[in-house]
Amino acid sequence: MKRHVLIRVLTLVPLWLGISVLAFVLSNLAPGDPATVMAYRLSDAPPGEEQIAAIRREYHLDDSLPVRYARWLGAAVRGDLGISYRTREPVLNELAARFPATLKIACAALLVALCVSLPLGVLAAVRRNQWPDHAARAGTLLGASLPSYWLAYLLILVFALWLGWLPVAGREGAGAIVLPALTLGLGAAASLLRLTRSSMLEVLGEDYIRAARAKGLGERAVVWRHALRNALIPVVSVTGITFGHLLGGAVIVEHIFAWPGVGSLLVNAIYDRDYPVIQGFVLFMGAVFTLLSLVADLSYVWIDPRIRFARGGRG
Amino acid sequence: MNGGRETLEGTRPRETFESAGHNAAMLSRLSSGRSDVLLRLMRDRSALAGLIVVALLVTLALAAPVVAPHDPAVQQPAARLAAPSATFPLGTDNLGRCLLSRLLYGSRVSLTAALAASLLALGLGVGVGAVSGYVGGWVDAALMRVVDLILAFPLLVLALAITGFLGVGMKSVLIGIVSVWWASYARIVRALVLSMRERPFVEAARSIGAGHARIVTRHVLPNVVAPVIVLATLEIGGLILAVSGLNFLGLGVRPPTPEWGAMLNDGRPFLRSAPQLMIYPGLLMSLAVLGFNLLGDGLRDALDPRL
Repeated sequence: MKRHVLIRVLTLVPLWLGISVLAFVLSNLAPGDPATVMAYRLSDAPPGEEQIAAIRREYHLDDSLPVRYARWLGAAVRGDLGISYRTREPVLNELAARFPATLKIACAALLVALCVSLPLGVLAAVRRNQWPDHAARAGTLLGASLPSYWLAYLLILVFALWLGWLPVAGREGAGAIVLPALTLGLGAAASLLRLTRSSMLEVLGEDYIRAARAKGLGERAVVWRHALRNALIPVVSVTGITFGHLLGGAVIVEHIFAWPGVGSLLVNAIYDRDYPVIQGFVLFMGAVFTLLSLVADLSYVWIDPRIRFARGGRG
Repeated sequence: MNGGRETLEGTRPRETFESAGHNAAMLSRLSSGRSDVLLRLMRDRSALAGLIVVALLVTLALAAPVVAPHDPAVQQPAARLAAPSATFPLGTDNLGRCLLSRLLYGSRVSLTAALAASLLALGLGVGVGAVSGYVGGWVDAALMRVVDLILAFPLLVLALAITGFLGVGMKSVLIGIVSVWWASYARIVRALVLSMRERPFVEAARSIGAGHARIVTRHVLPNVVAPVIVLATLEIGGLILAVSGLNFLGLGVRPPTPEWGAMLNDGRPFLRSAPQLMIYPGLLMSLAVLGFNLLGDGLRDALDPRL
């Protein structure tokens, strides 16, 4: 078990190296001579030739790509992701200052997704091929087809503009999180619902469920105590991945609701062609996403005793 | 799932080939009779509904120059935000442009872009997947590490970042999306090719002296076509959402070109006074995605009824 965890954690190292290469290569796609761009963006007056040359020297921009990558990686490991062109603050500070807001919205959205998908998924499985099942299928289809960036405006239209219950955007008051969380959460609920339903159907066909029924347990106890507990195993593991997708999906939703997270930071950085911030976002979020899928993997092993013991010694 | 994997060459029970992964099963179903597949698809009511929706939208998009009552870019300053009328069946937008015409031409742009992205990503994905699965070894390992790296990100986020580096324009949007989406195709095609590599007809081709290129293009890839079509259909919806999502952020087409996502973006300031500017393009987009999803689900079920 320990060995398995250790090896799985070590696989992060090459993956993170790969992500750093990706982030570095991508930043070289930006049009224009990097020294000139940087000189223009980091000085208030139009820079002269000497200033551009000074920046070229300071950042060693004449070196070959691998050398520049190595230097950049060395700095990145020490937390130096460069300076934002727009705010002239260190990129890492910008990301760190805004990440909690993104975390908050992703957690709220996950809560929405679970509250919708678990009860409905169980209901759809228990009432298979009856109307709750058909309704759940229609719901998941819609959830997968509606663009989040359209759903957001439908929700704003109804709940903020027509009913006036919730604020349109921003972060003022407790109600501000509701609409972005709903927008993000409902989309994610669709796939979780489908998974809960199929996992539940599989478990309900198992022998131990028949045994539980045979010993005279009520249907409620069978479903909620015996079946759901086992049906949740794959759901929990997918929840980790879903959370990563919520963090990623938050980009457009944050932008719509002017929510001050890393997502809206990315969109603004793209508008401002603030390349160091875009690069920092790829590196930072890549690390976060891979870490999340690692946690999801490990939680799967930890939750399911069958895997925990069967795979115990294996790496 | 597959008990006989390690049986000796030549003595493999027939079922082994049938159960070498459900994708392979899907293939054998297909070769068992194409008419069956079509029949099953036609009997599946939701798939049929998807097919009709898709066919309708594609027809409207193709026929836009004939059907559209106005030029989608021409502004009628006197008729800003006009209500639906005989001249403007769905009214006009904030610049006095015919909303219906913009929707029709917008479908053309959005669907064409999604289709182009799909074909390009498929081409790249099938190429890489086939090489990876057929050649194996370190080539396979290296290519799959690249795939893993890309799939570690939510696809749209990485596409967005790449587009951000490239700058505004439909070309950047397509490059951003294609350079990410191919990875998911490559992984699946690799698995399919891997399941093909040891099948008897490939061994037969090899034994009569066919070269690798011939085996891959004439024997392996034709058998991968059916599942790849299913995959492509299932993914078109996601590509429509991606293309229009980046356009919604203002990174794609430039005004006055109409596109679903760009139209949503243009309608934002008028959500309260003229919600139809946002409702119609979103509705059309959702309908398109829903149609492709239903059709894709139906195709998958028709090819492999056991799923």
